Amino acid sequence: MTVTTGVPTLIRGRAGSVAPFAVGGALVILMAILPLLNISIPGILPGATYTPGSLALLSLCMVFAALALSYNLLLGTAGMLSFGHALYFGAGAYGLGLALQYLGVPLWPGVLIALVGGLAIALFTGAVAMRVTGIPFAMVTLAFAQAGSVLVRRNQQVTGGEEGLRLPVEHVPDWLVGVVNTRSLYWFTLAVVVIVYLVVLWVDRSQLGHLAQATRENEQRVQVLGLRPYTAKLIVFVVAALCASLAGIAYMLLQSGTQPSSVGADLTITVLVMVVLGGVGFRWGAIVGGVLYTILDQRLTVLARAEWIHTLPDVLRIPLSEPLFLLGVLFILVVMFLPGGIAGTMDSWVRRRRGERTRSQLRQLEDAANANAGEVAEVRT
Amino acid sequence: MSSIVLILLTGIGLGALYFLVASGLSLIYGLMHVLNFAHGAFLTLSAFIGWQVALSLGTASWGSFLVSLLVGAVVGAIFATLTELILIRPLYERHIEQVLVTVGLSFAAVALFEGIWGTDAVNVAGPAWLKGTTDVLGARIPNTYWVLMIAAALVLGGLVLFLKKTRYGMIIRAGVENRAMVTALGIDVRKSFTLVFAIGGAAAGIGGVLAMHYTTFVSAHLGSTLLIFAFIVTVIGGLGSLTGAAVASVLVAVLQQFANVYLSGTGDFIVVALLAVVLLVRPSGLMGRKA
Repeated sequence: MTVTTGVPTLIRGRAGSVAPFAVGGALVILMAILPLLNISIPGILPGATYTPGSLALLSLCMVFAALALSYNLLLGTAGMLSFGHALYFGAGAYGLGLALQYLGVPLWPGVLIALVGGLAIALFTGAVAMRVTGIPFAMVTLAFAQAGSVLVRRNQQVTGGEEGLRLPVEHVPDWLVGVVNTRSLYWFTLAVVVIVYLVVLWVDRSQLGHLAQATRENEQRVQVLGLRPYTAKLIVFVVAALCASLAGIAYMLLQSGTQPSSVGADLTITVLVMVVLGGVGFRWGAIVGGVLYTILDQRLTVLARAEWIHTLPDVLRIPLSEPLFLLGVLFILVVMFLPGGIAGTMDSWVRRRRGERTRSQLRQLEDAANANAGEVAEVRT
Repeated sequence: MSSIVLILLTGIGLGALYFLVASGLSLIYGLMHVLNFAHGAFLTLSAFIGWQVALSLGTASWGSFLVSLLVGAVVGAIFATLTELILIRPLYERHIEQVLVTVGLSFAAVALFEGIWGTDAVNVAGPAWLKGTTDVLGARIPNTYWVLMIAAALVLGGLVLFLKKTRYGMIIRAGVENRAMVTALGIDVRKSFTLVFAIGGAAAGIGGVLAMHYTTFVSAHLGSTLLIFAFIVTVIGGLGSLTGAAVASVLVAVLQQFANVYLSGTGDFIVVALLAVVLLVRPSGLMGRKA
């Protein structure tokens, strides 16, 4: 009798899978109305939420959240450790700038051209790099990104070299230009994050995503089943690259310019740090990682300029005034002591709680069954 | 004729530098399957400390040059050993995490070096002879290239002797071939992990001090630039193969120099193109075992 009453609570219904969407939707609405509100978060944002400074920081957070989401699709879903993801981000940023400057097209065709450019580069480099897997794949993608970085730095007349490329604002609609319009840029980047999130979600839930996940776990088994892991991985790679290009486009518009560092290996490593901090394989983890990293980087830079830091002895002053050093150490600590990052740790904590509840229910069942058995045994004797 | 000799010899010299960095990477990967992103940090730290030592002894003398090389090797070896013991070992057999830890280390190390020695490149000087040139068949070869070639040849010779003639070398070779079998025979392979890291770090340290003289400056990013070429060299040569690394270093560098001269400075592209071609034709590299 007790068995039937116990079972329904053990299996969670579909209600559990709807809650994240409700929370996500509410979050997007909150973010969307944030520029209209007057909220101050001292220590995190430079001013009230409606000020351009805060909106610019939040927009940058969202650009990197989108980039981290796209990288998570690559690393978390398909299990590909790429060190060249920044190439596609840079392709988006530079693609848009070059299309506007040299083709003289309006903004939206320019965005399309940048995306097609990113797609072409991703298709070619991905197809070659996927000849190898695992660590060699990481090295090859790194080499491609390096080639892109050299290309950008060398061709000074076209890309502006080390100085970077400025956004030709005359081809951009007025409502997306200038500090006054930071709000519309903010909404634009919010839209980019939402689009990237939906694309990533769609890939994760689709057959393609399942195939990529299966390939990550056991490529040989997928081949034996007569499926094509190469195609699945390549499509996921290209989709992730396209999302990165979109993030790059948003970055270009937001910063009204871009530097060669947006193509190089350093940015890929930054994104890798974000995703690992947040938790590989968790979409919300990637967002948390991207936002947390950007804010930490910004706040630590402010800390480095603080008065009291300069009065410290060298041993403390030098490490504390290097934000990237602190972030690198944080990253090492997370990898070594918090595998799974923020999202993974919270997820396993929730699971453990649930598991304990289930276990205690099972134990009660068992006790009841034992008690019954005991009674029966007593009756027999 | 003389320009071809010049390009060929400078290419071999540059290849020697690549080899000093790539040899350690290749050995470490071959034995432990760890892609060591921190290798560039070993190299940079050695260069900085080597330069400090040379400064305090007077930069012009050969004695201080040799001492700085030795110090560079020791610093590289110590840094690498500590990295292996503190960061890599606790993550035994978790290759992705091991890579991530080395990425974090190089990230943090470059920032720390910038904090200590500043963001600008520091110009360095060495014995006067290094600035001169030597005539070979009418080509004037800068003397730094000879030093690079000699150093790489000595390191290669030393490594080959060590790997072929000593017991530890044999364990390392056997470990690259089949690590499970070596462990099954009751040999603690993990000791050789530390050893391989120390050797790789020492080679990178020598490479760092020489790279500093080659570029005539030292900056916090000295290692990261070289590291990417070293990665390319190890993939082309075949991961885990020392001979492959040596052959690929020279091949890549000579090709790069020729392209830089005759194809208007496209050396870096040719190298990446070569990488793509090698991967399409032979994904396991020139001398790598068939996967």
